[in-house]
Amino acid sequence: MQSTTLTINGQEHRLDADPRTTLLDALRNHLDLTGSKKGCDHGQCGACTVIVNGRRINSCLTLACMHDGDEIITIEGLGQPGNLSALQSAFVAHDGYQCGYCTPGQICSATAMLQEAKDGWPSNVTGDLERGAALTDEEISERMSGNICRCAAYPNIVDAIREVAAGSGANMGEPA
Amino acid sequence: MKPFDYARAGDTAEAVREASGQGRAFIAGGTNLLDLMKLEVMAPDKLVDINRLDLKQITAAREGGLRIGALVTNSDCAADARIRRDYPLLSRAILAGASGQLRNKATTGGNLCQRTRCYYFYDTAMPCNKREPGSGCRAIGGATRLHAIFGASDQCIATYPGDMAAAMSALGAAVEIEGADGTTRSVPVRDFHRLPGDTPHIDNVLEDGELITAVTLPAPTGGRQIYRKVRDRASYAFALVSVAADIRMDGGTIASAALAFGGVAHKPWHKAELDALLTGAAPSDALFDKAADLLLADAAGQGGNDFKIPLLRRTLKAVLREATRTGDAA
Repeated sequence: MQSTTLTINGQEHRLDADPRTTLLDALRNHLDLTGSKKGCDHGQCGACTVIVNGRRINSCLTLACMHDGDEIITIEGLGQPGNLSALQSAFVAHDGYQCGYCTPGQICSATAMLQEAKDGWPSNVTGDLERGAALTDEEISERMSGNICRCAAYPNIVDAIREVAAGSGANMGEPA
Repeated sequence: MKPFDYARAGDTAEAVREASGQGRAFIAGGTNLLDLMKLEVMAPDKLVDINRLDLKQITAAREGGLRIGALVTNSDCAADARIRRDYPLLSRAILAGASGQLRNKATTGGNLCQRTRCYYFYDTAMPCNKREPGSGCRAIGGATRLHAIFGASDQCIATYPGDMAAAMSALGAAVEIEGADGTTRSVPVRDFHRLPGDTPHIDNVLEDGELITAVTLPAPTGGRQIYRKVRDRASYAFALVSVAADIRMDGGTIASAALAFGGVAHKPWHKAELDALLTGAAPSDALFDKAADLLLADAAGQGGNDFKIPLLRRTLKAVLREATRTGDAA
């Protein structure tokens, strides 16, 4: 057994678990935070995306014991019914899902992605690496390519993210 | 996943000590290792967590170069202002790989050590000389879309899948390695990965317990840097072929050229004769054809990957035209 302290959505949790326990399994099976979803369990679908120390990662591809002392935000920490985050509201308004299984991962990923854009991080489709890029639909799609939606709600997901990006200051660069 | 012991290393000496011995492995980002452990393709007895080591900085190196700590994440490396300005090839190659989530976790050292994506290596129901030495290779004569056209053996036709290392090879980077008793050595990226030969289970030159501590880049050449990756999807897919190029022009001639190729061999492929052919020459379509002929003289398809040979020719020529500004890059 491995003892690990995790701060999740602002609350400290102590976890005593087999070192094989992934962060995703710790959240879902040990801490009853079932908003983060297990899709492929191999880092390919993004349904398990959470934010660790401000950066989005696949919680299925990391061990809980590797995160002793880390600050973790899950979909439950972004907002709750009656108090939704801007992205959560935009996903509702734009119908950014069908079955909803990928949605917590999409929203956690998009939340951190907007911060990456605000920090000036380029992407594979950014024309000028040094100047940064406006969050065009092409930029949003590329930056969100680690989140798969088998219902293919992509156009509405992009609509929701574009709306929040426009109001968040994530559009730091000049339009291409 | 098979059970393992877990230890957290406090410094590099402790990490090397803890990881020396059979069945032990370092874990940094873990994005490839844990995937393989879940499938029991890899089953280390002990994991040494190196995430607390002080290897997370990018600092100035001797003679105008840059030293990238082994634990610098792919995201931080690609976004670093100095790398975007002076080594855009490296930023571009990293951003062409994986997803935002994976790049946030994957590290510089770990990315160099990632394993092949050969389907047969991943499928434990299949024989594979890389996974289980001596068991055979089912890829040969099987599905070979992702497989090598250079340097394969009759034991293994797998490719090293990474983008970052192809860029580092073209840039002439070196891998800093720490071993037992604090000994250190530096290995050019071009010599870090091995060809499969009859020991395809050995991917690279790391010896038991050795730890990558950094990658150093020489001073930028001032050349035009291009990374062109061809893949089956527009995003989030491994290279079928990729071309990394750093080409400096002086008037009408190519003053220096360094090229490396991803997705085509058990290592980022580099051919010194190709760089030499281009250096000092005046760019022309005839020269670029000659360059492609030279590069592809050693190429051998496996059936399902035969398309890579003409694809690499066209991709190389497009990159050379773009780098030397001698025509339409398409």
